[in-house]
Amino acid sequence: MSTDARLLVTAAPHVRSADSTPRIMWTVVATLVPLLAAGAWWFGPGALLVVAAAVVGAVVPEHLFGRRGALGDGSAAITGLLLGLTLPPGFPLWMACLGGAFAIVAGKLVFGGLGQNVFNPALVGRAFLQAAFPVAITTWPAPAADWSAFRGDLLALPLTSPAADTVTAATPLGLMKFEHTGTALLDLAIGRTGGCIGETSALLILACGVLLALKRYLDWRIPAAVFASTALLSGVLHAVDARYPGPLFMLFSGGLVLGAVYMATDMVTSPVTRRGAWIFGAGIGALVVVIRVWGGLAEGVMYAILLMNALVPFINRATQPRVFGQRPREATS
Amino acid sequence: MTAHASPIGPGPTGPGPTAPPPAPPAVSPLRLVATLGISGALAGLLLVSVHRVTEPVIAAHKQRVLEDAVLEVLAGPTSYRTLYLVDGAFTPDLPAGADPRTLDTVYAGLGDDGARLDGFAIPASKPGFQDKVSLLFGWEPKDGTVRAIRVLESRETPGLGDRIEKDPAFAAGFVGRTTPLVGVKAGRGTGAPSEVDMITGATISSRTVIDAIDTTLARLRPALDAYAAEAAR
Amino acid sequence: MKETTAREDLLRGIWRENPVLVQMLGLCPTLAVTNSVANSLAMGIATAFVLLGSSVLVASVKRLVPGEVRISAYVLIIATFVTVADMALEALAPGIHKALGAFIALIVVNCIILGRQEAFASKRPVGRAALDALGTGAGFVIALVLMGSVREVLGSGSFLGHPLFGAHYEPWVVMILPPGGFLTLGSILIALSWLRRRRAAAAGEARS
Repeated sequence: MSTDARLLVTAAPHVRSADSTPRIMWTVVATLVPLLAAGAWWFGPGALLVVAAAVVGAVVPEHLFGRRGALGDGSAAITGLLLGLTLPPGFPLWMACLGGAFAIVAGKLVFGGLGQNVFNPALVGRAFLQAAFPVAITTWPAPAADWSAFRGDLLALPLTSPAADTVTAATPLGLMKFEHTGTALLDLAIGRTGGCIGETSALLILACGVLLALKRYLDWRIPAAVFASTALLSGVLHAVDARYPGPLFMLFSGGLVLGAVYMATDMVTSPVTRRGAWIFGAGIGALVVVIRVWGGLAEGVMYAILLMNALVPFINRATQPRVFGQRPREATS
Repeated sequence: MTAHASPIGPGPTGPGPTAPPPAPPAVSPLRLVATLGISGALAGLLLVSVHRVTEPVIAAHKQRVLEDAVLEVLAGPTSYRTLYLVDGAFTPDLPAGADPRTLDTVYAGLGDDGARLDGFAIPASKPGFQDKVSLLFGWEPKDGTVRAIRVLESRETPGLGDRIEKDPAFAAGFVGRTTPLVGVKAGRGTGAPSEVDMITGATISSRTVIDAIDTTLARLRPALDAYAAEAAR
Repeated sequence: MKETTAREDLLRGIWRENPVLVQMLGLCPTLAVTNSVANSLAMGIATAFVLLGSSVLVASVKRLVPGEVRISAYVLIIATFVTVADMALEALAPGIHKALGAFIALIVVNCIILGRQEAFASKRPVGRAALDALGTGAGFVIALVLMGSVREVLGSGSFLGHPLFGAHYEPWVVMILPPGGFLTLGSILIALSWLRRRRAAAAGEARS
């Protein structure tokens, strides 16, 4: 007895798309390549070593402790790449490697692997590094005369502290917060400033973000909401008191663009509903402005995203779409 | 004995559930009150006796810590006198019934003859990056320079902000500087006598110390100068 | 009530039913004051002292205290010993007393102590209560010193204040901050759970 394909009944889903987790992840990796190139362009090839160390740190524990074949989906590589891009160019390699391992183990594997984690793993790794090595992660090596030279304390031996005599340069946000001087907008937009390896070239990140949004690999509502709420809040503050930095400076300085495009839009740790995405992004933008303006730290993107990550389950529940035909009161109960 | 069912925790701990033994026939409320009253009295008695033994030791230790700090920041004199700010003027006599903790207190260094005024040690405090930073600084009334500082209490970030307390180079940067102080980035100063190098990466904690000194002096300076002028006559 | 031997009463609290690592009690001091070995040791010993004193006293007066007011009486006894420990520590080791801050006074609400009174000391003879208190107290000290060692070695690069790695060691500041307490406790529990599972699996194989 042969089975007629037309009579076969299967369970949903019936619509298939060519997208799969590995395909999405490796596409994201591909869009990170221009950022890496920009990092190498501004900060020298040493920056690539930092990113490579973070990737190695992330991939090895994923291979050792993760599910078999988990490496192939590329998510560990993305975590390592994103972590590396948020580190200072002269960051000691052993610290970058440790941060990558912490990101995967404490940020993802302890929750049960890809899809189970509450917080963005790359940011978990960076938060750990920020708390563990507060001096190294806020040491921004000044552009050296020799472009190809290794800067800062890149090659510090494992477990040893970076040499103390690095020549440092402040980031635009640091200059604004502690010395009240601004930075030219053009420099901010193209990335000719001090900062983390991948966060300075705002326009390039935006271009990659648009590409990913067009392929629907990221929800455009989240970065849009982040930018809108940051601009709105800092615009109001700037209008009230001109001592506060204006909206354009807020948007293009620090890690806001990188965070909004690549970190906040992490599919696992952002809300699934459209309304939720707007709330999530707006919350990040508001927290960034609050931390930058009134907080003790110069930069607040990392903590803003991590805090909103923690609220995602509640946002999802609060923005459940109404089932057709149900009255709102019943839907919530 | 059977194996525990759970792979991680053992079974219930301690022998049996925590229910009280079968209630005896109702106990008179008087006995309940008496039991607690007597045990309370006994506990109080014990505490009072322990307190009588330990209190002098604790007080002596606190006094010694304060003395060490005062003499350290005065940098020179071997004795000092406590002064209280009463009605806008410093006086060594505590007015009757006043609580010394509510009054502004400074310590006047006494020179070799035990009478000549030789600098002030002044307590100052200000909220820092995490919590209140308390410090003591020695101050020379003749030219308004800082003699030495010592941070007494802080909860700043270990390895970063806590260098205001632990890094001798930071404290050394205050010696001989003219008040009011101005914080500058390490190595970026112009050499002016009021400049103090801040700690790289711990700008807020460094500035807290500088501001605490400046605001305290701004408040107390008229009374300090008046006392110094009086003592010089 | 299952009868236990004296040996069991003493050893139980040290490892098999360790108050922190197995029963998950007394986590507040475990997380808060274990940023150095010296602090952990002082906290552990102070708690063990209070536990021993209260257990002996509770076991001796158990027939005099009516059941209705027994909890109040226990708390009174514990609070007395805590206050004695607090004052003694301030007089003998002011530096450590300052570092431990309010956590000495908070031994009063450490559930390990009240738990042992209610579950054991109030039902057993004085000698057994003392053995149980010693075992549980030792288990608490072990757990705290374990935490303190990991955190001090990584976070300050020293053990009991002696530098271990030389001048070039870069301390992991996070380990002596509050998050480090959670990271350390979590890692220790993961390791113990893994060990226990392996042992259980080995025992299962041997039996079959």
